[in-house]
Amino acid sequence: MRYTLTHLKELEAESIYVIREVYAQFENPVILFSGGKDSIVLTHLARKAFWPAKIPFPLMHVDTGHNFPETIEFRDNLIKDMGAKLIIGSVQGSIDKGRVREETGKNASRNALQTTTLLDTIEENNIDAAMGGARRDEEKARAKERFFSHRDDFGQWDPKNQRPELWNQFNGKKQMGEHFRVFPISNWTEMDVWQYILMENIAIPSLYIAHEREVIWRNNSWLPVSEYIKLEEHEKPELKKIRFRTLGDITITGGVESDADTLEKIVEEVAAARQTERGNRADDKRGETAMEDRKKQGYF
Amino acid sequence: MSEVTQEQKENSYLDMQLLRFTTAGSVDDGKSTLIGRLLFDSKSIFEDQLESVETSSSKRGLDHVDLALLTDGLKDEREQGITIDVAYRYFATPKRKFIIADTPGHIQYTRNMVTGASTANLALILVDARKGVIEQTCRHAFIASLLQIPHLLVCVNKMDLVEYSEEAYDKVVKQFEDFAAKLEVPDIRFVPISALHGDNVVNRSENMEWYNGETLLHTLETIHISSDQDHVNVRFPVQTVIRPHNDKYHDYRGYAGRIAGGILKPGDDVTVLPSGFNSKIKSIDTMGESLQEAFAPMSVTLTLEDDIDISRGDMIVRPNNQPTSTQDIDVMLCWLNNKGPQPRAKYILQHTSNESRCMIREVLYKVDINTLHRIENDDQLEMNDIARVRLRSTKPLFIDDYNENRNTGSLILIDEATNETVAAGMIKS
Repeated sequence: MRYTLTHLKELEAESIYVIREVYAQFENPVILFSGGKDSIVLTHLARKAFWPAKIPFPLMHVDTGHNFPETIEFRDNLIKDMGAKLIIGSVQGSIDKGRVREETGKNASRNALQTTTLLDTIEENNIDAAMGGARRDEEKARAKERFFSHRDDFGQWDPKNQRPELWNQFNGKKQMGEHFRVFPISNWTEMDVWQYILMENIAIPSLYIAHEREVIWRNNSWLPVSEYIKLEEHEKPELKKIRFRTLGDITITGGVESDADTLEKIVEEVAAARQTERGNRADDKRGETAMEDRKKQGYF
Repeated sequence: MSEVTQEQKENSYLDMQLLRFTTAGSVDDGKSTLIGRLLFDSKSIFEDQLESVETSSSKRGLDHVDLALLTDGLKDEREQGITIDVAYRYFATPKRKFIIADTPGHIQYTRNMVTGASTANLALILVDARKGVIEQTCRHAFIASLLQIPHLLVCVNKMDLVEYSEEAYDKVVKQFEDFAAKLEVPDIRFVPISALHGDNVVNRSENMEWYNGETLLHTLETIHISSDQDHVNVRFPVQTVIRPHNDKYHDYRGYAGRIAGGILKPGDDVTVLPSGFNSKIKSIDTMGESLQEAFAPMSVTLTLEDDIDISRGDMIVRPNNQPTSTQDIDVMLCWLNNKGPQPRAKYILQHTSNESRCMIREVLYKVDINTLHRIENDDQLEMNDIARVRLRSTKPLFIDDYNENRNTGSLILIDEATNETVAAGMIKS
């Protein structure tokens, strides 16, 4: 026997360690669950971390109301399977209460509004640690994010004043009202996530697999036609075989044309991809440091 | 790339290892160019990333593509053109996945270099072939040695600017070896490169026929890292206790943790610290599978033959191979905070999954990290200082020398008032 781990096993061991630290250091943690592949892998790792016990924390979904129906169905089945608790933070609720105002215009989305709902839900439920599936390879501001990321009592991230993180020592100490965001799969890449899904045979929403769908060409990607977007005069829906590389709101998540209808083919496709997965996300196209600006305010 | 069969291609990812390496450097030494080249040549930079870097470069009035903009992610860094924090970068080849901890090189960022080095298997040190070994080179090498990074890879860069001369290269190697004699680094290698033109980075240089060694990437792909973990001394810090309370696993009591050292097998005799109770390992569990053998750095759950009271912070070890149990701990401390310690100040001490409070009893000496000279009679610690310090913990900790085990030999100090991580310590026992 060789006493070495493969890269996936080593990443898995690191993530499980981090998730167990969260359980040990915090009173009231949650997993932020979007229905995307990263939060699905995170949830899978949490199951492994506490087996044969159930996941000792609830899943929390910030629901913009602009979902793919497949995502919600997948979420509800997973919750039922695991016997876990689900907390829903509703952006529609925040709009109704007058906490935020809906964007208008052609590229309007509820992406930015999520931050308020997220912070409100964290506060209402006394959450002291919210685990997310963000990865450092996704975006340049995320490359500097810690595993244990401190948020002040306004939920804000201060990138210049982050706590140093050395070895396997994670400092989750905080004052009342503050909370942490924790990113157990920080060191995974998109490729690692797909390879792991394949290796562990983890169920994912059908949206990731190539399928036929009515779409329009907008912002350099195939945007799904739904009741939430307004079509311009020149925009004619077409039927295309597409799949999604990331899942966000149905209003801003563009798909790519693809024939990859199995996990193996997806892994091959990811290996050959020449664009980042967030290249099809309209939310990141709002300026050079769009992600850092949103994160400072408390975004995921 | 040679032809591979479909089957090999599909399974190769199940045979890849992970290598973590750290780089340090400042604006001019070609570090960003080198990282950019590794990412670019291994096809880890995507078209849209490159386009966005091109746009940002021309916005700044540059006539070349500044690859540093790939790594410098924060607004302030982009505005000031400097690296402030540790940035993590990822790339993979069919053989290995790499994590780069990219750190600034200036002395005022020593703490960032220490942070980046703490998890690295290898340190990549860049030396400008024209300038040779300078203060910054010594600093990086010393930090690598202090943090016990097992492999040091010295890249003699900008060989194109010294006409690819073997003598120039040999001179730098000699200078570095003279300095390195003072360090504790088990494995030092050298490679002459030009990051700008790609000589000996991914592909063999045709300009340096005299060099018979490996290319940089080949070394990164093949360097032996299996023995970097301690597989001899069993150390299992308990993170949490798993009690399912369901019908199927009614009496299940598992001790979850990440193996910090050694190899564990069912049936092994163990001792639990601090209670000193003895038992045997009954099973080593992971979801869906019980293991016949487990080793560092795996995350597993142990069950024992006997019901013993065990909680977070305890350590499971072999009866005849125990760590030192002591309240008096000597460390090499790196001060990370802009506020230095007050005399006899108290801190929270985190060591493995254990926590106590401690006091800094004595600063024995500080180290000049450029010359490695000891500075005596100066016990005022400031940010980025490295000092030999004596701590007194409120309860005994189970420690090993940092040189023996980076997990059980390291600790951090946390300010009780601000909750900030203020210091990192390498234990000397």
